[in-house]
Amino acid sequence: MSLTTAHSVVVPSQTSKRIAGTIVILYALISIVPLLWIFATSVKTPPDSIAYPPKIMFQPSVEGYCNLFTTRTRQTPEYIESLPPAANFCDEVARKRNMVIAGPSNFVPRFVNSLVIAFGSTFCAVFLGTLAAYGFSRFKVPLADDLLFFILSTRMMPPIAVAIPIYLMYRELGLSDSALGMILLYTAVNVSLAVWLLKGFIDEIPREYEEAAMIDGYTRLQAFWKVVLPQATTGIAATAIFCLIFAWNEYAFAALLTSGQAQTAPPFIPQIIGEGGQDWPAVAAGTTIFLVPILVFTILLRKQLLRGITFGAVRK
Amino acid sequence: MSEVTLRSVTKRFKDNHAIKRLDLTIADGEFVILLGPTGAGKTTTLRLIAGLERPDQGTITIAGEDVTMQPPSTRDVAFVFQQYSLYPHLSVYENLAFPLRLPARRIGKAEIDRRVWETAKLVRIDHKLQNRATQLSGGEMQRVAIGRALVRQPAIYLMDEPLSSLDAKLRGDLRLELKRIQQELGATLLYVTHDQIEAMTMADRIGILKDGELVQIGTPRQVYTQPANLHVASRLGQPTINLLPQGLLPDADLPAGTRTVGARTEHLRIEKANNGNTDGVVDRIELLGDQNHLHISLQDRKLITLSPPDTALSPGDKVTIRYRNPLCFDAEGNRLAGRVA
Repeated sequence: MSLTTAHSVVVPSQTSKRIAGTIVILYALISIVPLLWIFATSVKTPPDSIAYPPKIMFQPSVEGYCNLFTTRTRQTPEYIESLPPAANFCDEVARKRNMVIAGPSNFVPRFVNSLVIAFGSTFCAVFLGTLAAYGFSRFKVPLADDLLFFILSTRMMPPIAVAIPIYLMYRELGLSDSALGMILLYTAVNVSLAVWLLKGFIDEIPREYEEAAMIDGYTRLQAFWKVVLPQATTGIAATAIFCLIFAWNEYAFAALLTSGQAQTAPPFIPQIIGEGGQDWPAVAAGTTIFLVPILVFTILLRKQLLRGITFGAVRK
Repeated sequence: MSEVTLRSVTKRFKDNHAIKRLDLTIADGEFVILLGPTGAGKTTTLRLIAGLERPDQGTITIAGEDVTMQPPSTRDVAFVFQQYSLYPHLSVYENLAFPLRLPARRIGKAEIDRRVWETAKLVRIDHKLQNRATQLSGGEMQRVAIGRALVRQPAIYLMDEPLSSLDAKLRGDLRLELKRIQQELGATLLYVTHDQIEAMTMADRIGILKDGELVQIGTPRQVYTQPANLHVASRLGQPTINLLPQGLLPDADLPAGTRTVGARTEHLRIEKANNGNTDGVVDRIELLGDQNHLHISLQDRKLITLSPPDTALSPGDKVTIRYRNPLCFDAEGNRLAGRVA
């Protein structure tokens, strides 16, 4: 035992393990501090959020969350006096600031838009990408290399460079400010990534499996469904996360092509700043809630994600 | 009746001729083994019969029906691949049941269960049915792979070097089991290998493939004792047959036209030289245990043959060598029929 570990070439020594561990922990701290700061801001009161020097210790408050989900109007103290007692905590907080809750804000519908568009486009991109990748992987496609390069080349331009032509096209087609339009757009952007990633994963699945299934009497589609898909789940999950993160976080197209009905959360959250002063706790609350779906999705599929990131590096 | 025939089947890959005008008939219940080196077209032949490749020319019939243009799913064949033989996401049971689960086959649950158990017992894997396919050892995996073919009763079983990835002992065991199973079922089987021992021990007939052509086909005894040419002769026999030019040893009574003499152990009589009349010198004796490899220098040639473990010869000994009914080949490398009296 001591022989193998003392001067092993392949097993890292205790010192190098400790150094590596320290670096990883430091990096994790640096990465996580902004997120913690956003969360902390979301539970501060507006005065605390802009206090200088910044407050580390403070009395937590859900005022930010109240403001995120509601719209408020400023009223005279006399009017507020005349109202019946506050119905809930948010009412109470608003009245202290001489405001009355006028109704729900647009955050919930915008958040739902984000969910529909991001998950919808991810599903479409992964579905189309899987079929296309399978085709490229298994069949003799004429000009396959050129086609694959073409698919990749659609990612080479910065999105903003094509934003105006797409804006004009969408206006003509009646797709601007529609969920369908955004799903189509994000699918088009993501499908190239999906094809490339998934082709690599499907290439790794030996074709003998499908051949065996076809000899056993299954058609190619049945063999694909029963034999290829179950083995490609890792790749599909990793691809889905990448597509989802892109579609969820996308800002430029969303800001340009959606303004009302189909607006997603990323362009909506900064708009909160404009509503009655710089309401940083509300912005931070919106950002915190916005982070949750991706966080949950990533934690659920973290194994596949890791496999997707180290893709190609690990072979059996 | 499940005879399989190939009639002048030709297959090209780009400009490489994989199979050239192959004619082959596998009779019902026959065990035929195709023997040949890598790239001889063995696997391509199997894939053509299975329908995984389409021939450029020629026809393939299974049980009298022309299947040349049919997809694999409609041909009644089973295939055992060299590797990647089990679905890694399924259990052993599910792997065995997979061919039966096809909706079009309409086999009832109880019937599937019965046949899976029956097959599992046949290939002796019934104690591991609930394991995942990836938890098995190499030999068990290959047994399941063979079982997955046996669970159906197809017209023909096609096996592509199913034992090649196993260690020697396991290969020997499975060889016997496979032959037993084939005889029990009376199955028609086309098997591909580059291992001459597998071919000699299991086959009813051996076909020797070279560069996409069937050089010779016959019973193991025929191809061993009457090889059609030098290629076939050098594929069979351990150690490899010694090919010596005519005139190297006294060979006056060999048939006319002999250019090359092929001599295996049984074709040579080697004795210690005692009257100064020497043909060669013993170089080395390799111990194999049950017998020895005897290396002899013969002018500038080397000759390798077997000798009993208790041989009286030792390195440096001078020996006389005489032929005993050797195989004779003409200038083109074809065997001459006439033999020494």
